[in-house]
Amino acid sequence: MDSKHAYVEETQEQMRSVKSPSGISIMWRELVRDKVALFSLIFLILITTFVYGISLFLSQEEIVTVDLFAIHEPPSSEYWLGTDYGGRDIFGQLIIGTRNSLSIGILVTLMTGLIGIIYGLVSGYYGGTIDNMLMRIVDFFMILPFLMVIIVFVAIVPKYTILSFSLIMTAFLWMGIARLIRSKALQERELDYAQASRTLGSSHLKIMFTQVLPNLSSLIIVTMTLNLAANIGLESGLSFLGFGFPESTPSLGTLLGYARNPQTLEFRWWVWVPAAVLIFILMLSVRNVGEALKRATDARQRRG
Amino acid sequence: MWKFIVRRLFITAPQIVLLSVLVFLMAQMMPGDALSGLIDPNIDPQAIEQQREKLGLNNPWYVQYKDWVVSALQGDLGQSFRFKMPVTDLVEQRLINTFWLSLATLIITYLIAIPLGITSGRFNDTLRDQIITGYTYIGFATPLFIFALVMLWLFGFHFQWFPTSGSVAPGSEAGSLSYVISKLHHLLLPAISMALITTVNTVQYLRSEIIDTKQKDFIITARAKGASESRVYNRHILRNSLLPIAAFFGYEITGLIGGTVFVEFIYSYPGMGLLFMDSILQRDYSVVTSVVLLFGIASILGALLSDIILSLIDPRIRIK
Repeated sequence: MDSKHAYVEETQEQMRSVKSPSGISIMWRELVRDKVALFSLIFLILITTFVYGISLFLSQEEIVTVDLFAIHEPPSSEYWLGTDYGGRDIFGQLIIGTRNSLSIGILVTLMTGLIGIIYGLVSGYYGGTIDNMLMRIVDFFMILPFLMVIIVFVAIVPKYTILSFSLIMTAFLWMGIARLIRSKALQERELDYAQASRTLGSSHLKIMFTQVLPNLSSLIIVTMTLNLAANIGLESGLSFLGFGFPESTPSLGTLLGYARNPQTLEFRWWVWVPAAVLIFILMLSVRNVGEALKRATDARQRRG
Repeated sequence: MWKFIVRRLFITAPQIVLLSVLVFLMAQMMPGDALSGLIDPNIDPQAIEQQREKLGLNNPWYVQYKDWVVSALQGDLGQSFRFKMPVTDLVEQRLINTFWLSLATLIITYLIAIPLGITSGRFNDTLRDQIITGYTYIGFATPLFIFALVMLWLFGFHFQWFPTSGSVAPGSEAGSLSYVISKLHHLLLPAISMALITTVNTVQYLRSEIIDTKQKDFIITARAKGASESRVYNRHILRNSLLPIAAFFGYEITGLIGGTVFVEFIYSYPGMGLLFMDSILQRDYSVVTSVVLLFGIASILGALLSDIILSLIDPRIRIK
């Protein structure tokens, strides 16, 4: 009896080891093998903890308070990275700005992801006329000059807050992920498991969200990571133009916006260069992680 | 062929109508109207009310929409409150500047993309390919506005090789050779900055397209019948890989529009993008809506153009 039990245990063990690794563990393995991506991930974790941690001890009001006696100070021991035209400490703004840029990037990525996933799933799963109609709407949004439309809405929204800013961005950025999810869902619904589930009487909602959706999870993770990089870039671009965060809520783009003044651009590098470098490194790191994850989803390109 | 184009036009027409509705709604949401700029204490409010009635600003929205569309079709896009001139006249000069900037950007984009893409695809996984892939990798991660800013700082201010603002040196006479040279000189740096970033898409696409084509059966056949390596690349692979790139030409327009807003703003290049930014900062809304409308139509037509080219070169799209 005992030996039989041990035998069953052993076969189960073998079966478990034969089972192909899950999408998430493949992704993790690929990430660890790719040294650049791993380094980027560690860097991102460090900078996120640092920025969110430090900003707990910094007061945003204090940093954005104008100090007329310290205008355009070069870097010194008091102001590590100098000050801007309002005598505000650049280093403090950099910390708070990174936090704000990251927060809104993540928020917009999650919101566009949520809308895009539901929209794409419904469109791809049902197919036919519904799909046709929903995709025409996506087509329309895709060809809009969205940068200009976002700027116009930011300018005319009466009560402008961080939330309305992220809602406006979301409203014009959900289409890419919707289209991607839709094309995958279109393939998934033809597969045996989805058909079998339908035959067994599962509701459409159940198939969509509990059976098809998990199979798209790796694709979703990859797309959202790459979108995060793009959204951070877009937010800082909008803030640079003056249509992102207000000056009282510094973002990385706000600091770059000071470089619109030729004097600052030419002679006061400390105002804008650190922010430029930081945005570049942030976007590059997020993309490195995203690209490694993307390789993991395509068996032919995996390195590990 | 014609059937496809007609069917495609059936998608384009509603898109333009939807765009016009969106732009009209945006215009309605904007504070103030055509007369706000004229309000001053010496004018009787009653008179303004009369003007308002006369201009149809008190009509229901669908009547106003109809009036707006009719006048837009006749080339009347309203009055700029900042410049006190018709928007159509204002836009004309700016449109030409943006056209030249976009054209220069497109030319440079393809001048970079085609050789790099071919090299990278032909010699994939060699050192050359790795360098080019590295460039595309970094290009993808660099926001255009940061790159343009750094280029302006480096080549405009530091080395002073290029002018830092405007589209032509003041005082040059239109039509003369120095005028043309000055124009070119002014648009070169913005165009290069934009092209270096936007080209990475095309480079990567061309690379993977060539790598895919290399493994197709007809290439093996070509080699088997004894075609030389250069003939295989120039006649068989390139022709098949370049066609999709040519087709994406129209879609590039949408990307260029976003780019011109940043680039013209940074280089103070007097085109549509800068006009848009100036107008929205000065709350000159009739200009803002016109620019959005024109750029929207441009990208709708760009997408149409791309789809038509695609259907010409790839019959599978037509049949579907």
